[in-house]
Amino acid sequence: MPDLSQPAGWLPLVFLVVMGLAILIYVVLDGYDLGLGALLGIADEHDKDIMVASIGPFWDANETWLVLGVGVLLTAFPLAHGVVMGALYLPVAAMLLGLILRGVAFDFRVKAQAHHKPWWNRAFCAGSLIAALAQGYMVGLLVVGFERSAINMLFAAFIGLGLTAGYCLLGAGWLLIKTEGELQIRAARWGWRALWFTAFGVAAVSVATPLLSRAIFDKWFEVPNLFLLAPIPLITAVLFVFAAIVLRRLPAQLAQGKHAWAWVPFATTVAIFILAFHGLAYSLFPWIVPQRMDVWQAAAAPGSLTFILVGVVIVLPLIIGYTVFAYRVFWGKATHLEYG
Amino acid sequence: MESLDPVLLSRLQFAANITFHILFPAITISLAWVLLYFRLRYDRSGDESWMGAYRFWVKIFALTFALGIVTGVTMSFQFGTNWPGYMETVGNIAGPLLAYEVLTAFFLEASFLGIMLFGTKRVSRRVHILSTFLVAAGTTLSAFWILALNSWMQTPVGFEMIDGRAHPTDWLAILFSPSFPYRFTHMLLASGLTTAFLVAGISAWRWRRGDRGGDVRVALGTGVRLAALLIPLQILVGDLHGLNTLHHQPAKLAAMEGIWETQRGAAAVLFAVPDETSRSNRYEIAIPGLASLYLGHSLDAEIRGLNDFVGEHPPVKPVFFAFRLMVGVGLLMLAISWLSALQIKRRGEPGRFALGVLVAMTFSGWVALVAGWYVTEIGRQPWLVHGVLRTADAATATPAGRIGLTLAMYLSLYAVLLTAFISVIFHLAKKAGESEQPKQMNPVADPFHAGVGVADKERAQHGAGRSPGDDGGRSPEERRDA
Ligand code: HDD
Ligand code: HEM
Ligand code: HEM
Repeated sequence: MPDLSQPAGWLPLVFLVVMGLAILIYVVLDGYDLGLGALLGIADEHDKDIMVASIGPFWDANETWLVLGVGVLLTAFPLAHGVVMGALYLPVAAMLLGLILRGVAFDFRVKAQAHHKPWWNRAFCAGSLIAALAQGYMVGLLVVGFERSAINMLFAAFIGLGLTAGYCLLGAGWLLIKTEGELQIRAARWGWRALWFTAFGVAAVSVATPLLSRAIFDKWFEVPNLFLLAPIPLITAVLFVFAAIVLRRLPAQLAQGKHAWAWVPFATTVAIFILAFHGLAYSLFPWIVPQRMDVWQAAAAPGSLTFILVGVVIVLPLIIGYTVFAYRVFWGKATHLEYG
Repeated sequence: MESLDPVLLSRLQFAANITFHILFPAITISLAWVLLYFRLRYDRSGDESWMGAYRFWVKIFALTFALGIVTGVTMSFQFGTNWPGYMETVGNIAGPLLAYEVLTAFFLEASFLGIMLFGTKRVSRRVHILSTFLVAAGTTLSAFWILALNSWMQTPVGFEMIDGRAHPTDWLAILFSPSFPYRFTHMLLASGLTTAFLVAGISAWRWRRGDRGGDVRVALGTGVRLAALLIPLQILVGDLHGLNTLHHQPAKLAAMEGIWETQRGAAAVLFAVPDETSRSNRYEIAIPGLASLYLGHSLDAEIRGLNDFVGEHPPVKPVFFAFRLMVGVGLLMLAISWLSALQIKRRGEPGRFALGVLVAMTFSGWVALVAGWYVTEIGRQPWLVHGVLRTADAATATPAGRIGLTLAMYLSLYAVLLTAFISVIFHLAKKAGESEQPKQMNPVADPFHAGVGVADKERAQHGAGRSPGDDGGRSPEERRDA
């Protein structure tokens, strides 16, 4: 590790944190709207409008965190950006296809001729699914250092499924907060099912990852680390159990008009995502292209990084500020959207 | 697929993606300001016509914005997937500019868009107007950053090369590189013209169908007047832009003008078919001395020809023709916008002929704008960053098959989306007319009767009894989800 008192030493780390933060926020925020999009496929016809309305004012800003994440990769680690994007060429294209379909369907579904609407609904659902699957697949490939053996690709595909389930769980949690009545109860049931898939996915990935990567195995299972890190999987497991209990009871409670617990599944899922993210980050650090290029090798010149850092320090708090403001404006149960 | 070379495919893919992307920002950048204008006019006058225009165009704005976002997200991946050599060489400069764009512009517009579109009932009038303003400012700001980068690639300054990588030495010089002021102004005006013709064209279409409510009238008037105001400025700025290009990228300019030999008293080539094998123009129609006059501001100023840059100049034909297409559309715009504006001034509405041409030119802004970008970008070849990095050296090592596959995917998707976009605009226009008609239709049988417009205008001015801020009752047909 280079000298951390020098800008060339600490600046790349700062940007790694910024990038990690952007990706984590992206995964949680766009996660709930992609998950909701996937759930659209099994929703009743008359619920679809209100489901889409519940993400209406947010999805655009949510997606901008992806642009920031890629932007930081592109700007702070220009040498890695080319390698990573080259290695992920096809899944990236698939994800973009999904995001495009989903984003445009959002507007077209209500503006196009009425008889086209079901097609745009399908595009919305398919786009969300494709994007979620592709993102998980990419995480999988990253973990195994972009080596495309059959087993690695299977592993990556599995992560794709797990992440999609996780997104559905977030989406169901979001609906629990933003909707009422029948739909809310249905969301609790969707959440319950998605929870099992997610838990299974997380468990399988946690077992498979160290087995597939020797370097990651060593990082977790050396003696002091093993005990220091134990809380991550343990807390995750507790959270899963907790969420399962809450989700199990929710339909009955909601039917009786008790809403006090409705926000819990979403919050718990977010906590699970944060923990899983940290586990992954720990496994990969300090590599940006596993075993090939670390953050310092990939970083841009310190002069450029300082120039961006000024912007980040000033603007990021502002962005977070007005994001909070936007969420407050649309606080409460979702209503049908109309332009003023 | 093996016979196709990856560099060519990468270029095609990048060009296809950015061309598709720019269609939508070109509209949103200025439509945001036009919406703010509608909104403020309504606030001042209380005239429902302005609010009606706002309500119709905000729908189109939302749709266009969504397309702008998703294609833009695609663009942000394209640099890495298609041009790894680009970021490796000039990442220290391109990176920060792109980062500032995301930080200052994208979040601003994306976050306040939600409030602008759906927040009327949830925030005060003031906050709503402020949000609309912030969205407009965000789109313009993002144009600023991306054009600063593009201009730097055309006329790079303020950096030094160390071990084959560019390192910034002067950020202000990089931001305001020599071609930036011209490109930024020219692009903003181009965006304004694209929107002006879109608004005028769709309004003219509604007008011709007999849908002549106050909202259509004010939108038509705004579109036509905006076009008439901007196009002379655009021609002026375009001319200055050309002078700047002559200075910094003489090979590009020679290709635009179709001049092969360095000469004094160069002729302005109106039409020709440039031929790179014989290095001469065929079927040339030219006006002697004119090019030297408008480029060098003297009849015998010296203009360098393409033969001074053998092997170092861009492909001549596409640059030459794209330039003529842009200028041709610009001149047409001048003629029709002034004709329509004069007719509106005299008779209160454009004549039958002018309306027809306006409808035909609804998307003419796109044509000129894309042609202009092709002049600029192809004219820069063989350089990616002028004098610093060649396009061929920046291309991806991705196998041609994969690029071809994704290219085919993008192209078919874009074809569908473009068709859907245009047909939905007309669908919305038709539907708006149907729900408005009983309420606001002009009760006059002969739609082209002079005087109708005047009477209607008076009614609009005097009949404005609403208090500002009152959103007014809306018919159920107008209510819609987004
Ligand atoms: C002159 C204007 C202009 C030009 C040349 C470009 N863009 Fe753009 N872009 C915009 C003007 C714009 C905009 C007006 O700001 C958009 C359109 C709609 C929107 O949401 O913002 C936008 C959206 C947009 C978005 C989505 C932002 C969001 O999430 O809200 C991204 C990531 C990009 N662009 C990236 C690019 C890249 C990498 C380009 C160059 C290669 C590029 N754009 C060219
Ligand atoms: C928005 C309007 C734009 C359009 C329509 C456009 C169009 C094009 C076209 C047609 C090419 C291919 C030229 C060729 O290969 O012969 C190209 C290349 C390129 N442009 Fe642009 N461009 C635009 C803006 C930008 C901006 C803002 C940037 C950077 C900030 C940019 C960066 C590039 C790069 C990196 C290439 C690759 C090199 C190449 O293919 O030649 N472009 N563009
Ligand atoms: C009619 C007179 C016009 C003239 C003399 C003119 C001149 C020019 C020149 C010289 C360039 C190339 C700049 C370079 O890269 O070296 C250019 C580019 C461009 N033009 Fe025009 N133009 C005219 C009209 C228009 C119109 C009507 C539009 C669109 C509505 C337009 C849109 C563009 C765009 C988008 C570019 C590329 C971006 C840029 O380099 O600024 N132009 N124009």
